[in-house]
Amino acid sequence: MLMDSLNRPFNTILFGFAFSPSLEANIMETTRIAYFLNAKLILLHVGTKTDKKLAKIEALLQKIEYPENQPEIHWVEGKPVPTILKACNKFAIDLLVLGALQHENMFQFYVGTIARDLTRKVNCSVLLLIKPSAIRVPCQHVVVNGFDDPNTPVAITKAFQVANALGAQQITVVEEITQKEVHVTVEDDRSLKRASLRKEKLKRREESRVRDIIKSLPESLVSSIKVKIQSIFGKRGYSIGHYAEVVRADLLVMNAPEKSGLIDRIFPHDIEYILSDLPTDVLIVRRNQ
Amino acid sequence: MIAKKDRTAIFIKDLPQNVFAGFVVSLIALPLGLGLALASEAPPISGIIPAVVGGVIVAVLGGSYVTITGPGNGLVIVLLGAITTLGGGDLYQGYLFTLAAVVFSGLLMILLGFLRMGRLADFFPASAIQGMLAAIGIGILAKQFHIMIGHNNEPGNILNLLMQIPYGLYSLWETDSLSVLFAAIIGFLSLFIMVFYSKIRNRYFQLIPAPMWILILTISFSYFCSWFKITYPLDEKFLIPIPNDVLSSLVFPNFEKVLQMDFIIAVFSITLIASIESLLSIKAVDKLDPANRHSNVNKDLKALGLATTISGLLGGLNVVTVIARSSVNVNTGATNRSANFFHAFFLVAFVLIFQEQLRKIPLSALAAILVYTGYKLATPSAMKKIAQIGKEQIIIFMGTIIATLVTNLITGIVVGILITFIIHILINKSFLLFITHLGKPNILMFREPDGGNYFISIKHFCSFLNYYKLKDKLDLISENEEVILDFSMCSFVDHTVLEGLENYREIFDLKGGHIELVGLDKHETNSVHPFAIRKIIPLQALKPIERYFTRRQEDLKETAKDFGWNYIPKKKKKTRFLRNFVFFKSKNIRYSYNQLEDQDRKKGVFDLEFTEGEFIAKEVVKTTLMYVSLKNNVPLFTLDKEGLLGVLYNLSGFEDIDIPGHTDFNKRFHLSGENQDAVSKLFTDEIVLFLESNPYYHIESNGSALLILKKERLLSVKEIKRMIYFGKQLQKLLQSSQNGQ
Repeated sequence: MLMDSLNRPFNTILFGFAFSPSLEANIMETTRIAYFLNAKLILLHVGTKTDKKLAKIEALLQKIEYPENQPEIHWVEGKPVPTILKACNKFAIDLLVLGALQHENMFQFYVGTIARDLTRKVNCSVLLLIKPSAIRVPCQHVVVNGFDDPNTPVAITKAFQVANALGAQQITVVEEITQKEVHVTVEDDRSLKRASLRKEKLKRREESRVRDIIKSLPESLVSSIKVKIQSIFGKRGYSIGHYAEVVRADLLVMNAPEKSGLIDRIFPHDIEYILSDLPTDVLIVRRNQ
Repeated sequence: MIAKKDRTAIFIKDLPQNVFAGFVVSLIALPLGLGLALASEAPPISGIIPAVVGGVIVAVLGGSYVTITGPGNGLVIVLLGAITTLGGGDLYQGYLFTLAAVVFSGLLMILLGFLRMGRLADFFPASAIQGMLAAIGIGILAKQFHIMIGHNNEPGNILNLLMQIPYGLYSLWETDSLSVLFAAIIGFLSLFIMVFYSKIRNRYFQLIPAPMWILILTISFSYFCSWFKITYPLDEKFLIPIPNDVLSSLVFPNFEKVLQMDFIIAVFSITLIASIESLLSIKAVDKLDPANRHSNVNKDLKALGLATTISGLLGGLNVVTVIARSSVNVNTGATNRSANFFHAFFLVAFVLIFQEQLRKIPLSALAAILVYTGYKLATPSAMKKIAQIGKEQIIIFMGTIIATLVTNLITGIVVGILITFIIHILINKSFLLFITHLGKPNILMFREPDGGNYFISIKHFCSFLNYYKLKDKLDLISENEEVILDFSMCSFVDHTVLEGLENYREIFDLKGGHIELVGLDKHETNSVHPFAIRKIIPLQALKPIERYFTRRQEDLKETAKDFGWNYIPKKKKKTRFLRNFVFFKSKNIRYSYNQLEDQDRKKGVFDLEFTEGEFIAKEVVKTTLMYVSLKNNVPLFTLDKEGLLGVLYNLSGFEDIDIPGHTDFNKRFHLSGENQDAVSKLFTDEIVLFLESNPYYHIESNGSALLILKKERLLSVKEIKRMIYFGKQLQKLLQSSQNGQ
């Protein structure tokens, strides 16, 4: 039982599909992910069920790489956001997969309004895909946040589980050292020296905290993956995305923010930045599902 | 940290030097102080008070080291404006009201210091600040030129005054006043001394600064006249008005207008200009400091504010850090703040001892000194320099000058900022680039795990609007570290940022560190100047790279010369020779550029752009790599530290290989290849030791050539040099290993 839960970071995955040009890539990608994560996949379409649509989706399901893991298909009518939220509760979903959009004329991705709304409101983890692909692209490098936060150990555990499931080779745990923590404002040579010392100290403290978390993970999760710890200086929640982009990670795993109200949207913080400028596929981990 | 006792000893040892520097500076400060006060229509002594108060207070409480404080050139125009508008025609009343404004501006500066607004000057586009300073120079020149030729009360605004210069000169022919003519002669002679002083190479002559020569000569002339009983040709209104008893004739500010709008505007203008002038000067002087100390600007701002408040209360003008006097201070050997104190001390001594003599100084002589100062702020060569950076900079510069001259300084700088911003929008053909990304934290900094250098990546855009974010990060790095600034994710960089970074580069170089900018080579620009604006417009065809020479490219050229190699910046699409490396198997190479090649084209380093896979258009990867072709064939192998690319190589039929007898090496490196025996034979003890003792590189052989790769990013020139050295050594070792077989 323990081994089972170790290898299964998520039990039930939900993907809300629409009949868009990227439908094939989406279906291929989500079925593949569900197979690797050893999870049950539910495909949900918000809209009317017609024979034409049904025929199309069934034709696609004929083509999937791992036919032994057939998804369930549900058709519900209503407004997208509340419908999907309701479905998440009804089917006890623990991972919701959403697609990102691409900026016109730019190699940048962002999360659309519906997906963004869902990301904020949903009660489970969310996986945002920037480029679903019909052909498998191996996931090699996973970046996960290591902030000093009660949710971090869960995020790190899930990151290791997913990395193992997808066959990734490296995990980088990133902790962010903010200017506020350094406490010293650099004004001259002396304060610069003090700030440098303090930075080093913070870095060591953060690293040992992250190491403790990794140490507490079962050996089977850690042994086959190269683990790196990296401190970065930047704005919390945003710079980790920037980092993932710089090192060209394939997946970024992050804590879900505690809550996200109107003020957060006006003064964006943590995850809000990432959503407006998606660096790579992002997995937002929520506990207490 | 140096022990306290040692510091005292050093202080005492350096004391004579600082006393001397203070003395020399006071020789300039005296005429300048009197002149700047007169130029602001304030009593001459009000230009001495700030120098004295500033010298004492900033020397004790300041955060800089070799700066000199006193009345500033930049403030003349603002103070003059305040005195005329607040006085409503009565200049003396206006002066008293302005003193109150000076007191408040001092308090504001203290507040700025506590709010850590020492970076205030970073928010302004460099060309707009240049334009503002030039406008101030033109303002001083326009007004003082008339006084220099004996026309003491020429009315009108700056533009009118400028227009009237030819008429003023013409009217000298027709004047029947001997005094005016004589004042004009003294004025021209003084200007002549100011201009040609630096041309005279005589050590004894150069001991006394030019402004002091003018005072000495004019005062001696008046004594000469009285000895030979000649009537001195200048009457009192052409001489400096100094009260009979300086100490008892101090005046105090009038606070009646405190709540009026024009008073508040005056306070803000004075504070803005005083702070900017001080901050720019402190930054400039830090670069001159032979001990390479880093001034605490916020502490200095507080000290300047306090000094300004006290100076205002005693009837003096603003206290600011001044660049010209500070650089004389450094050049005459000042080592600490005590020089500033001694400059104040000698000023007091001069004014008290030589009161009688000071009254004999002609106004036209002081005006000549100021005309020269004004000209220095607005020299044609300064404009030429800006023009070289780019055409758009001239528009910003001229726009700021014109706006400042026809309105006032605050409006002028606002216009300068707006012009800059509009130009940036036009250049990028995008308003959204700035609006959507302005609030985002676009800077990422981290220490790279191997090598230990700092890596800073900049995203979106970097201009005067968000330069402070980059500065915040750079300020955290001690100046003896190595820093790589990567602009490859940043589509627009402006002149203000590049000039600011050049300042950092100089400071880092002085202190043993190093800053290098990478990822700018492909950015488009219209000028070859290193500070010119650089941009990339998405999805536009890339123009030839060699047109936009960056510093990195200059340095690469230099490096090529050092090695006797060729440098070809052009992008090349012929990359077939890389195809048969396993590393590039699933990658789509777009082109290489910035090639460095040896004469027989056997070895080379180049920047390369590739994407991962043909269909999966992941983002473009830019990297620098080295190619070494070998004389004899070698077995296929790859050496990788991370084991990250293991899957790729296993797919190509590579097996992991352990070199017998080198357990440590086997643990640290992942060596794999097709022919286990041949590879083990190739890796002699010597090669293993070489690899173990050098920094890590990813190395791959395709049978006849080597591919050497450090990181999946562009390398700095310093890193490239190390890579070339490494590659050359490895080539030698491999060839000797083969010969041994």
